[in-house]
Amino acid sequence: MKGFIEISRELCKGCELCVFFCPKGVLSLSDKLNASGYLPAALNDNGECTGCAVCALVCPEVAIEVYRG
Amino acid sequence: MNGNSAIGEAAIRAGCQCYFGYPITPQNELIEYMAAHLSRRKGCCFIQAESEISAINMVYGASLVGARAMTSSSSPGISLKQEGISYLAACELPAVIVNMSRGGPGLGSIVAAQSDYFQATRGGGHGDYRTIVLAPSSVQELADLTHKAFDLADKYKIPVILLGDGVLGQMMEPVEFKHEAPAELPVRGDALRGANGRPSKIVKTFTSNPAELEEINWSLFRRYSLIKKQETACETFLAEDAKLIVVAFGIAARIAKGAIKTVRSTGLKVGLLRPITLWPFPVEKVQELTRKVKHYLVFEMNMGQMIEDVQLALEGQGEVSFYGRPGGVIPTPSEVALVISRLYHQKGLK
Amino acid sequence: MKKIYTRPKSLKTTSFHYCPGCGHSVVHRLVAEVIDELNLQNKTIGIPPPGCSVFAYNYFDVDMAESAHGRGAAVATGIKRAFPEAIVFTYQGDGDLAGIGTAETIHAANRGENITTIFVNNAVYGMTGGQMAPTTLSGQKTTTTPYGRDVALEGYPIKMSEILALLEGAVYIERVAVNSPANIRKAKKAIRKAFQVQIDHLGFSMVEILSPCPTNWKMSPLESWQWIDKEMTKEFPLGVVKDRTGRADAD
Repeated sequence: MKGFIEISRELCKGCELCVFFCPKGVLSLSDKLNASGYLPAALNDNGECTGCAVCALVCPEVAIEVYRG
Repeated sequence: MNGNSAIGEAAIRAGCQCYFGYPITPQNELIEYMAAHLSRRKGCCFIQAESEISAINMVYGASLVGARAMTSSSSPGISLKQEGISYLAACELPAVIVNMSRGGPGLGSIVAAQSDYFQATRGGGHGDYRTIVLAPSSVQELADLTHKAFDLADKYKIPVILLGDGVLGQMMEPVEFKHEAPAELPVRGDALRGANGRPSKIVKTFTSNPAELEEINWSLFRRYSLIKKQETACETFLAEDAKLIVVAFGIAARIAKGAIKTVRSTGLKVGLLRPITLWPFPVEKVQELTRKVKHYLVFEMNMGQMIEDVQLALEGQGEVSFYGRPGGVIPTPSEVALVISRLYHQKGLK
Repeated sequence: MKKIYTRPKSLKTTSFHYCPGCGHSVVHRLVAEVIDELNLQNKTIGIPPPGCSVFAYNYFDVDMAESAHGRGAAVATGIKRAFPEAIVFTYQGDGDLAGIGTAETIHAANRGENITTIFVNNAVYGMTGGQMAPTTLSGQKTTTTPYGRDVALEGYPIKMSEILALLEGAVYIERVAVNSPANIRKAKKAIRKAFQVQIDHLGFSMVEILSPCPTNWKMSPLESWQWIDKEMTKEFPLGVVKDRTGRADAD
C-alpha cells in the first residue's frame, strides 16, 4: 500500500506526536517556522508512507489529510 | 383557590410547557399544583429538581429550545437562582420566575415579607441587567400577572419576576381565569432547535473582546428603555384630591387600602399609589402626582427598599416618610391607619 | 490515490486555540466524527462548559449554547425534556462535572436523563492556570497544591464514573483516554456508543476521557501523553465501568 499525507503547515503546532507515533518514521519537524511560531511536522520524501493514517488519528489539530492507494 | 395554585393554573393556561422547581415554604402549593396538573399534560414536563440552582438552569435549557418555562421559589431559593437569571438575561431568553417572598435575611422566617425588592429590581445577580418585576396584590392579580409574565418574557426576550409573598400565596380568593390553555404548546421562533436547513447558531455571552461585551450591554439597555416606555404599570386609589399619598406594593398595598378607607372616613385626604411593575418603576406617575401632592408615605414590609425608587422619582419635589415592618411581621390596617393619621397631622395637612 | 482521511464536516475549519498536544483538540474531532457518522449534525445541541473548552462553540458546527459552570447536566435536562427530538450532549471538564457540578450530574444520571455526557478529565483546572481539580492525583503538584496534593487535607481524586455507575438511571459509562492511537480508537468507539444510547432512548450515558494538559502539567506534549499511561490510569483505570445496554460496541 502506498500512501501520502498533506500536513497543513499553518494548522500544525509542532507537538511532535505524529512524529513519535508514525510506525514508519517518515515524519519529522521542518526547520522553517510557520506564522504562529511553531516548527510544523512534514513528510520525508523517502516514499515510505503507507497511508496508515495513524498520524491523522493522533494529530490534535486535524492538520493532516491522508491518501492511500 | 389559593394564590399559589392560581399561579399554577394561570401558567398552564398561558402555555407553560415546563416547570422546574424545588419545595420551599411558602410556595409549596405551587410546585404541588404543577406536579398534579402540568406533569401529565401532553408535551409538558414537570421536574422537582435537586436544588433551586438546578431548576433555574433547567429553565434556561428549556427556554433555549423555545419552550415557555417557569420556576418558583421563595427568598433564599431566589438568591440561589441569581447566577442563572443573569445568564438568562445575558442570553436574551424568556423565563418566568416566581418569588413568594418570606422574611430574611438568612433562613429568616416562613411568613410574608417584602425584603426582596432590591434583589428583584436591581438585577439581583451579577452584571448590568434588569428583569421585569410584577407585583400582584390579590389572587386574581396573581393569575392575571402570571399570564402577562409569559407574554412579556417572550415579547422582550427577558426573564420576568413575579414578586409575590407568603400571604398572597396562601390567601383563598375567587379567581376568574380569562384564558384557555392553548391547543398547541407555543415554540418561540428563534429557538435553538438544531441546525436543520440553516447555519448552526451559538447562544453565548462570554467574549474575550470587551468592545463586544460593551455593545451587548448597550443593546440590552436600549431594550430596557423600550420596556420602560411601553410596560410601566401602576394603580392609584383616591389620589385625585389627596394631600398625602401612601406608596405601597403587593400585600402592603392591600393593607394600605384598608387603612386609607379608614382615615378617609375621618376626613383625611389620603390616597394610594400602587406600582404594579416594580421594574420599570412608575417614575412618570410619581412626577405627575408631585405637581399637586408634596407628601408621601412609603409603606413596605422591609427596612426601606422601594423608598429609594420613590425618592429617585420625586427628585426632591416632595417629602418622603417611611413606615416599614421587617422580618415578616404583618401590620394590620388599623395600625397603618394610625401611622397615616399621625403623619398627616404632624405635617399640618388639612 | 484516494483521500481516506479528512476533517469531519461537523468541525469548522477554524484552527483550535488549544495548546499543542491538548486532549480537547482530539476529543472535539472524535465527537465531530461521530456526529457525522451517525448523521446527527442537524439535530444536535451541544453544551460546553466554562473552561478552556468554553470556545467549543467556535469549533463544532452544530447548535451550541453556553452553560453556567457545573450546570451542563441541568441545562441539557431542560433541553431534552422540552425538545426530546434533539440529540443533546454536554462537554464538561473535571471541575465542571466533578466539583461544582456534582449535584446536577448525579441527579441527571439518577433520573436517567437521555443525554450524552463527554467528561474530559485532565486532573487540573486548565483555563484558570493549573489549580487543583477534584481529580488531581495524590501528590500531584498544582498551583493550589504547590507541595503536592495531600489527601489528608485535600481529599482523594474523585472517580465520577464509578460513582455514577451506582445509579439506576445511568446506562452506559466508560473511561477512555486520548493518549495513543489505540486509546484514541477506543475512545471514539465509546463516544459513538454513548450517542447511540441516546438515539435508542436508553438513558444516561457518559464517556470519561483522560486527557493530556501539557501546559499545566509542565510537560511536553509527548511527555503528557505518556504520563496518562504512567500515572493517571493507575488511579483512573480505563475500560467499561457500566454497560446495561445489552449490546456490544457500536461498531
